[in-house]
Amino acid sequence: MDNRNKLTVRDFSFYYGSLQALRGVNLNIPSNEIFAIFGPARSGKTTLLKSINRLTDFIFGARHTGTIHLEEIDIHDPKMSPPHLRRRVGMVFDLPTPLPVSIFDNVAYGPKLNSITQKNRLNEIVEKALRSAVLWDEVKDRLHTSALRLSGGQQQRLCIARVVALEPEVLLLDEPCSGLDPISTASIEETLVQLKEVYTVVLVPHNIQQASRVADRAGFFLNGELVEEGSAYQIFTKPREKQTEDYVTGKFG
Amino acid sequence: MRIRYFTQDTAKLLIWIAALSTIAVMTLILIQILGEGLPVLHFRFFSDSPKNMGREGGILSIIIGTVAITNVALLVALPLGVGTAIFLREYTRESRVSRIIRFGTDCLAGVPSIIFGLFGFVFFVIYLNMGWSILSGGLTLAAMILPTLISTAEEAIKTTPYSYREVSYSLGGTKWQTVTRAILPSALPGIFTGVILGVGRSIGETAAVILTAGSSLVMPTSLFSPIRTMSVHFYILAREGISMEMAYATGAALILVVLLINTVANLLLNRYIRHKV
Repeated sequence: MDNRNKLTVRDFSFYYGSLQALRGVNLNIPSNEIFAIFGPARSGKTTLLKSINRLTDFIFGARHTGTIHLEEIDIHDPKMSPPHLRRRVGMVFDLPTPLPVSIFDNVAYGPKLNSITQKNRLNEIVEKALRSAVLWDEVKDRLHTSALRLSGGQQQRLCIARVVALEPEVLLLDEPCSGLDPISTASIEETLVQLKEVYTVVLVPHNIQQASRVADRAGFFLNGELVEEGSAYQIFTKPREKQTEDYVTGKFG
Repeated sequence: MRIRYFTQDTAKLLIWIAALSTIAVMTLILIQILGEGLPVLHFRFFSDSPKNMGREGGILSIIIGTVAITNVALLVALPLGVGTAIFLREYTRESRVSRIIRFGTDCLAGVPSIIFGLFGFVFFVIYLNMGWSILSGGLTLAAMILPTLISTAEEAIKTTPYSYREVSYSLGGTKWQTVTRAILPSALPGIFTGVILGVGRSIGETAAVILTAGSSLVMPTSLFSPIRTMSVHFYILAREGISMEMAYATGAALILVVLLINTVANLLLNRYIRHKV
């Protein structure tokens, strides 16, 4: 196993009851890069993301075969507790999901779960997280007002800050810019490029243009199968597979 | 076309009649009770204990008894009710067990209060030898309001968006942390409605309370003291023709107390919501 790989997915299949959502996926995701998982709807992108931090555990009747390793650890090892895994592998969802509390409390939610309670320490963490999500300057004067009053783009950056506050090793982002305006999208993309210095980022982009703008590597999914993966440049300019080419050039999708 | 307008106007009229009748009934009751009761109400009525079977004096011991028994009922029923609701929604899937629990609470909600009173009398008062007391009465009332608390709390937890759970889990929260920090805070207003309903039922109950807490006019000194609640006092004064004047005064005081509780509760809740949202 290559040590530079943060995540290693081996022969991973996933089933919702009798419906197979992922088919024998093999994937290496290197650290400190942005890896884009793209493909049409229902191709298993979200399922793969939620499998990586085991949010799929809550789905009734779901099962999987194959393995996912975070560095050397099998994430399904009984010794690996899901809460611990999720602190190392943070996730941002496709719709902004602020909790109905203040901006500060949203960002401090994760650290507080880890029993960090000293006011000074929390203040530091919250400021640092908001700065890395490029939101600090916009909200520093109203940290204790409700997060629900932020705009959509701000809410999504708040969700990124909330995950960053946990200092995870991997960031999973499921279409973080869907429903956002181009300006908010640009500032989130800028954020992502900064974040890969520290984290490994797995991104489901909401369109191919976004994938080609920010990704270092990319994998194309279709009907639960990984059709092809490689450097973003290669995938978007000289795809090996016909299906990838058709999708990237817009012949279907 | 003309028929459509006719239907429209009739519907409007009927709906107005429905709304106005509700207000009229409520106003009539309030005017009747407060009109007869308020003139008799003065400070001494709240600060003195009853004398001569309630013909004279005030209702201090009765107010204290009412507050005590309601608090016991809430302190017992609230954790049990919210706990059951959390169990039903978060700790178990829809299964035979959860259906049996839900069926049981629905049945319990439909049982007449006198049956609860009889059960409380046989079980708490006699079998557990607690006698007629705040404790026996409070526990009986707790059993009585439990179904309401469970179903309102369950409903409130159910309406908490799934995304709150997902966010909390995805940030490394355990199930318990998710319940206490993400779900309960947002379910609180709904749970609160159940509490208000429960308090209302406890304060208004007579039959079950007479059988389990007695009807003593003496100032209670412990959880094992027998008491008389305001509703019971009202009932006895009126039923046994002791003093209609004092009965109305008690009725008016009862209405004021319920109004006060609801107002304060609403204020607290609104402040909580404003603080959070």
